[in-house]
Amino acid sequence: MLVELGHFALILAFFVAIAQTVLPLVGAQFGRRAFMDLAAPAALVHLVLIAFSFCALMYAFVTSDFSLKIVVENSHTLKPMLYKISGVWGNHEGSMLLWVLILALFGAAAALFGENLPTSLKARVIGVQGSIGVAFLAFILFTSNPFVRLANPPMNGQDLNPLLQDPGLAFHPPFLYLGYVGLSMTFSFAVAALLEGRVDAAWGRWVRPWTLAAWVFLTIGIGLGSWWAYYELGWGGFWFWDPVENASFMPWLFAAALLHSAIVVEKRESLKAWTILLAILAFGFSLIGTFLVRSGVITSVHAFANDPERGIFILLILGIFMGGALILFSLRAAAMEARGVFALASRETALIINNILLAVAAFVVFIGTIWPLVAEAFWDRKLSVGAPFFDAAFTPFFTVLAIVLPIGAMMPWKRAKLGTAMRKLIPSMVLAFAVVTLVAVIQTGKSLLGPIGLGLGVWLVSGAVQDIASKLGKKRDLSRLLRLPRADWGRLLAHGGLGITIAGIAGLTAWTIEDIRVVQIGETFDVAGFTITLNDVERKQGPNYITTMADMTLFKEGRELSSLHPEKRNYPVAQMPTTEAGIDSGLWRDVYVVIGDVQSNGGWAVRTYVKPLANWIWGGTIIMALGGFMSLTDRRYRVAAGARKARVASKGVPAE
Amino acid sequence: MRSFFLILSLLFALPLYAVEPSEVLDDPVMESRAREISKELRCLVCRNENIDESHADLAKDLRLLVRERLVEGDSNVQVINYIVERYGEYVLLNPTLSGANKLLWVAGPVMLFLALGIGFAFVRRRQAETVIDELSQEEAARIAEMLKD
Repeated sequence: MLVELGHFALILAFFVAIAQTVLPLVGAQFGRRAFMDLAAPAALVHLVLIAFSFCALMYAFVTSDFSLKIVVENSHTLKPMLYKISGVWGNHEGSMLLWVLILALFGAAAALFGENLPTSLKARVIGVQGSIGVAFLAFILFTSNPFVRLANPPMNGQDLNPLLQDPGLAFHPPFLYLGYVGLSMTFSFAVAALLEGRVDAAWGRWVRPWTLAAWVFLTIGIGLGSWWAYYELGWGGFWFWDPVENASFMPWLFAAALLHSAIVVEKRESLKAWTILLAILAFGFSLIGTFLVRSGVITSVHAFANDPERGIFILLILGIFMGGALILFSLRAAAMEARGVFALASRETALIINNILLAVAAFVVFIGTIWPLVAEAFWDRKLSVGAPFFDAAFTPFFTVLAIVLPIGAMMPWKRAKLGTAMRKLIPSMVLAFAVVTLVAVIQTGKSLLGPIGLGLGVWLVSGAVQDIASKLGKKRDLSRLLRLPRADWGRLLAHGGLGITIAGIAGLTAWTIEDIRVVQIGETFDVAGFTITLNDVERKQGPNYITTMADMTLFKEGRELSSLHPEKRNYPVAQMPTTEAGIDSGLWRDVYVVIGDVQSNGGWAVRTYVKPLANWIWGGTIIMALGGFMSLTDRRYRVAAGARKARVASKGVPAE
Repeated sequence: MRSFFLILSLLFALPLYAVEPSEVLDDPVMESRAREISKELRCLVCRNENIDESHADLAKDLRLLVRERLVEGDSNVQVINYIVERYGEYVLLNPTLSGANKLLWVAGPVMLFLALGIGFAFVRRRQAETVIDELSQEEAARIAEMLKD
């Protein structure tokens, strides 16, 4: 019964979304206040209906209601509760429902927190947001309905893919969707501004928090996915340039560009047309990502189930929204005269360079991702574009970006002196060069990737610290630190975090040591200064799997560091094996062991890796996300909120 | 409609073990060359995995083939050509520079230069207008004078 109500709520939400689109947009066009005022309540009802529908589906998963098709296909009574819940979005239909839930959540957030927006802009933002809801609700109802019942329910389900039964991956999709869908908000703001025909500093200030939030969520989502790949896939890779990964990485790059260019709009009223275009493209690439993952046009390691009908539907959505927005853009872009003037050397120029590098890097990833399709369609060549291409074509952009970043961040608005900014950074430069030289000397004979990456990391972190230090003035007044805007701290963390991540990637890629061998039980072996003993291998029973678990002890110079328990699990229902690596994490290195098959002589195949700086990759990611969050709480956004309260309070008086 | 889960299990049939101890060559230099080559070759039945990471039987056959050719005395390029001849261009993770692929490789640099050109033109236009509020020498001198006090 509850399931039917959930289904019904979803259909109702579709009609509410149509009303949320049509009425406010018409109202804003013809200046009808009553119609525009319907926007906010419609967005809230839209959210409540979808939330109810989502809860109904979750209830079906939690209670293992095997009369529902997707519950049968993705759940099992023995599965732990966490994965019964995450099973809701561990499949195509359910994840699309999560998608529209988050979409409605953002629409409702704009309705609730958008009180300081001009009425017509707010109505248009919510209306455009509603139209995206209409498109995706139609997609769900017509091609991917999660509420399909089975006539003959089986006794038990087929279990969720064992790979997805992992805490890291349970929360990876919700964060990723919060990011993808968060960019729908900036898209709605961009289209609304085009309809209004006006973009000013205030618009920049309104749109930036949404971009920041989306970027923070994307950062966390991508980080979680990569961390999961690292410990779960059994060879310690962290990024594979897989089409699905690229699908999340392209919006991340565009969001990063957008949140920088929105600063220019906010502070200097320049780069308006470009910022609008970026906002459209950022969401466009979220849609392209959805299309790539769901349509199956590009085969990838972890693509969702797919069929052509869905692919065409998403392509249609993509075409309508991108086409519509870009046509609107071409009609109205000319009206957006840039105001602020600035010199060749200035923060504006630095941010333009940032935007060029990020946007072109995103296009390179895009072309590489779709090239196999293009080559097959036009030249009938079946070819692959894999990690070696992306490493070669993408890395230069981020290297240059990392080199210019601290210098750009030092430059003042309007007019700067390149020499002054560089002179200030001499200590950072010296430090970075010292690190490059020192590391290159120590490692002799290996690739330069390690020292250069580490040097860039040092350059970014110390540059960010110097950036903050330069705000203290000549007297080095430390009390000023407390009074700095949070946006400055956000910048320090985000840029420093990027440096840490770059150093981690370089360290892990350049200096990983690998060892493959057959080990007898009780045998001890050495890898890169570590000593490992294989004490025992046991078979154990988990809640819904059987595991072969090794017990190993890790020593360094005779001192016991930790015991490691790499596992090989087999999920009988899914008939699928997974590996669980045994990892001893440290600040400077991870020791990573994987247990393989038993050999004919009774020994076990064991793979050991020493992975330097591995944790820096995700540590840096967390720091970047934290920086974004810090910026989000900056005074200028809170002050706007406070001003709103004051106005509401004063309005109450004459009403009486 | 196939289930997500079924597909995944097919795609991912997990790399429990990629390179097995028995495959490893005794000569460490040759083994490291084999690993290097393996990273460039796609496991044809997997999705976007190189043969070094994959556990699929085909990947294992290819790994052994790579090592066999190396032991026979082939250079890295010869080994790769040997495999491309048999399995087609699809096996290469690093696309060649032949024919239309040139477009793929030059796309990045070309877009970068275009974007830099447009960006530079834009900045020059903004800059042209800054001349107006440039301080004259007298004004600068006066400000310097005032700041001294």
